[in-house]
Amino acid sequence: MNVHAEQAQFAAHEDGLARGQVLLEVRNVSLSFGGVKAITDISFDIRKGEIRAIIGPNGAGKTSMLNVINGFYTPQQGTIMFRGVERRAMKPHHAVRQGIARTFQNVALFKGMSTLDNIMAGRSTLMKRNIGWQMLWHGPALREEIEHRKVVEEIIDFLEIQHIRRTPVGRLPYGLQKRVELGRALAMEPTLLLLDEPMAGMNLEEKEDMSRFILEVNRQRGTTIALIEHDMGVVMDLSDRVVVLDYGKKIADGTPDEVKNDQAVIDAYLGVPH
Amino acid sequence: METSPEQEDPRHRAQVRRDRRAAAPDGRNEVLAQDAAELDTFPKHLLLNAERFGDRSAMRHKDFGIWQSWTWKEQRDEIRAFALGLSAMGVRRGDKVAVVGANRPRLYWSIAALQSLSAIPVPVYADAVAEEMAYVLDHAGVRLAVVQDQEQVDKVLSFAEKIPALQTLIYDEPRGLAEYDHARLKSFAEVQEEGRAIMRRDASAAADWEQGIRSASGEDVSIMLYTSGTTGRSKGVMIRAAAAVQAARDTVEFDRLTEKDSVLAYLPLAWVGDHYLNYAQGYVSGFCVNCPESQETVAQDLREIAPTFYFAPPRVFEGLLTMVTIRMEDASRLKKWLFDRCVAHARKYGEAILEGRPVPLVARLVYRIGDFLVYGPLKNVLGLSNIRIAYTAGEAIGEELFSFFRSLGINLKQLYGQTEAFLYITVQADGKVRSDAVGPAAPNVEIRISDAGEVQFKSPGMFGGYYLDEEKTKEALTPDGYVRTGDAGFFDRDGQLRIIDRAKDVGRLNSGALFAPKYIENALKFFPNIKEAVAFGDGRDFCAAFINIDLTAVGNWAERNNIAYASYQELAGHSEVYAMIGRHVDEINLKLSKEPMMAGAQIRRFLILHKELDADDGELTRTQKVRRGFIGDRYLELIEALYDGSAEKYVETEVTYEDGRKGRIRATVRIADAKVYAAPVETARREAAE
Repeated sequence: MNVHAEQAQFAAHEDGLARGQVLLEVRNVSLSFGGVKAITDISFDIRKGEIRAIIGPNGAGKTSMLNVINGFYTPQQGTIMFRGVERRAMKPHHAVRQGIARTFQNVALFKGMSTLDNIMAGRSTLMKRNIGWQMLWHGPALREEIEHRKVVEEIIDFLEIQHIRRTPVGRLPYGLQKRVELGRALAMEPTLLLLDEPMAGMNLEEKEDMSRFILEVNRQRGTTIALIEHDMGVVMDLSDRVVVLDYGKKIADGTPDEVKNDQAVIDAYLGVPH
Repeated sequence: METSPEQEDPRHRAQVRRDRRAAAPDGRNEVLAQDAAELDTFPKHLLLNAERFGDRSAMRHKDFGIWQSWTWKEQRDEIRAFALGLSAMGVRRGDKVAVVGANRPRLYWSIAALQSLSAIPVPVYADAVAEEMAYVLDHAGVRLAVVQDQEQVDKVLSFAEKIPALQTLIYDEPRGLAEYDHARLKSFAEVQEEGRAIMRRDASAAADWEQGIRSASGEDVSIMLYTSGTTGRSKGVMIRAAAAVQAARDTVEFDRLTEKDSVLAYLPLAWVGDHYLNYAQGYVSGFCVNCPESQETVAQDLREIAPTFYFAPPRVFEGLLTMVTIRMEDASRLKKWLFDRCVAHARKYGEAILEGRPVPLVARLVYRIGDFLVYGPLKNVLGLSNIRIAYTAGEAIGEELFSFFRSLGINLKQLYGQTEAFLYITVQADGKVRSDAVGPAAPNVEIRISDAGEVQFKSPGMFGGYYLDEEKTKEALTPDGYVRTGDAGFFDRDGQLRIIDRAKDVGRLNSGALFAPKYIENALKFFPNIKEAVAFGDGRDFCAAFINIDLTAVGNWAERNNIAYASYQELAGHSEVYAMIGRHVDEINLKLSKEPMMAGAQIRRFLILHKELDADDGELTRTQKVRRGFIGDRYLELIEALYDGSAEKYVETEVTYEDGRKGRIRATVRIADAKVYAAPVETARREAAE
């Protein structure tokens, strides 16, 4: 009777790749908006099962990079290989179908909807019944809804947000909203999870909680994570490899320790006398 | 999906109500009386309940948004599997095993499983910091610990090396523990699986287990409850099985609790109140124990379960009233008007109707309408609509607060108890309830007041001594076998006990006037804006106080009055807040001045503390009682400032965050003066002469 003993159901998409194989590769990508070069000739890869951090000072092109991976921007030059296949121009919902989910720097939830409904919304791409069935509600649509609700309840349990299940997210404090957003991304059961500053504006305790959730998602669900974060302590503790951007260029790439001691990184963060 | 069908179906509720009316306690009591001699442990009740209430719910737990439930039979099977697994791990009679965590079915089962092997469960406060927990585990000499989750595993492992007796940890929730070294870790499910494997291999294992329970002695220690440590180190109170069962049986009969009752188990597992009210009474009467989904969802879970028996310390009721008041402030004008009218009517007639006293017919009818429009929906929102009996204890409760809930038709009563008594010492009977007294002696309890004014008692549930502490045991007992409570009190005219304060806290000002700090603090705390207060004055020239504001109430007030603040500290130091608290203190002084005994101890100076008193900093006990001595040392500078006439004082205070790290808070605390009223000399004289 103890449901906790059962194997958890929400997990990463199985895609046949082994841990450590390249999941996504960015090759010589450049992106510009008119005359502004946001990203210049950047290449790096994200391996299956790792936590990959993208860091850099403000305006370094981190979020643009995430938007490129996500399919929101199409780069003018360069290619993106996802699971070994070169990607053509696409829309973000294609990325979702391929197993890429994300959270946003500024929380982008449906403010008037409850936590539960927001996370349920994350399941919408996985629902098979069409709108006609959904309106009928009974029968197959209801059964499907119950199946999805089970997964959502697991996510709610996982993120320890049972107490706000019925609360409209607009009324929640910022830290909890971020958690709900993570929940909605997890509901898509992504292979690759993109987190844009998951700890921005959080206090120490909230950061610790969030770090714990990110680590657990990575370790236990096997989800690959790419994250942008400003808190260096968090980045160095969480990530397996770090890529550093500055003015749209890659200046370093390696393990946290390598990056920490890299002169170019130190200069970019601390500045150099001119 | 939100609730179990049992909860959602209104027909079921109606059925429960009918059952409750039809329940005839007499027949059942006969059974109990018959078996009383043999039924002297809780596992014996477990076997009995699995027979007589086999298909009734014994335990519910909300998980993944649904109320999961177990019948008495299923509960017995779960406990048996775990007990056999424990037995295979070498747990024997007299072994001590710690139980650490929140109110979860598996932890309650652990307690029963251990008792079924005549081993001794030692519940420990789950929010205790590592050092406190290490002390208890070490002192009790536990061999195993059953813990809830990763957090508790981490905590116990952090000091496990220092406790050589501790061999293995058994955890309930596997989350986050996959990568741990499992040399000393086992999951609850694994141990149960081992137990089930034994039953498959050995057909007689189950029968042997039951035989073991039947032949167990009621003289064995049933549980060891560590006191929360209001003063110094916590002590291990040993409660014998037969005593525990007898005590529980007395109160089950007193309140006519039956298997049709239900409770929400949300109190700390390690506290005597939880063990008694939920576990002991549950096993004796067979009622259903409901475990909330998490600590944060208690209010919602309470509403869904709508228990019939409820216990909460006064501060919970205070919180509820504060919440209701705040919400009504924000309600529309019509609603507010209706609420005020109805509550005013309830205040006038509600208690009389509850107690069955004569009330004019019209007033009764109006009350019915009020019930339909306001009281009913309000009780429903609070989760109190099915309450048959509710208790409060632990602290004094304000008259206003107490009668508010009673006037809504909630049978709220008071009891007075202690860990050493296995809870009940006094209890109020239905219809004989007052806010300023705690009732006459509970069934089969003898109480006397010593010459020094201390309350002493002898009871069926009386403890069997402190574990490994002969000296303290001797101190706690009188030569003729009464237990000293350490509380000062007296019986009033209608035979109810009144508690003034801790006997050793009652002091005198330099003027010779009586100074009972708790009396003053309680009076202050009855204001919704004041969360905590600490009064000083023993051996001083006058009485002074520290005050903690209630962030919810004062925050709301600040919002309505356009007072901006960024933190607790800033709000606490705000001059408007000082002015408001000053008015409260003034009111208290006026009240004190009218009481001849207390008039000398009016508050001359007070300050609002820059931080909330917190158990993590050692300022409160885990049951949220003020640790006066500790606060006296910690804030010595501030106390001196109260008495040396300075208008403000700069202090730095070390605080402990929830994860155990330390930080410092710096603040300049203002000290305010209060007006003192002259004692009504003539009245005092006249009363003294009477």
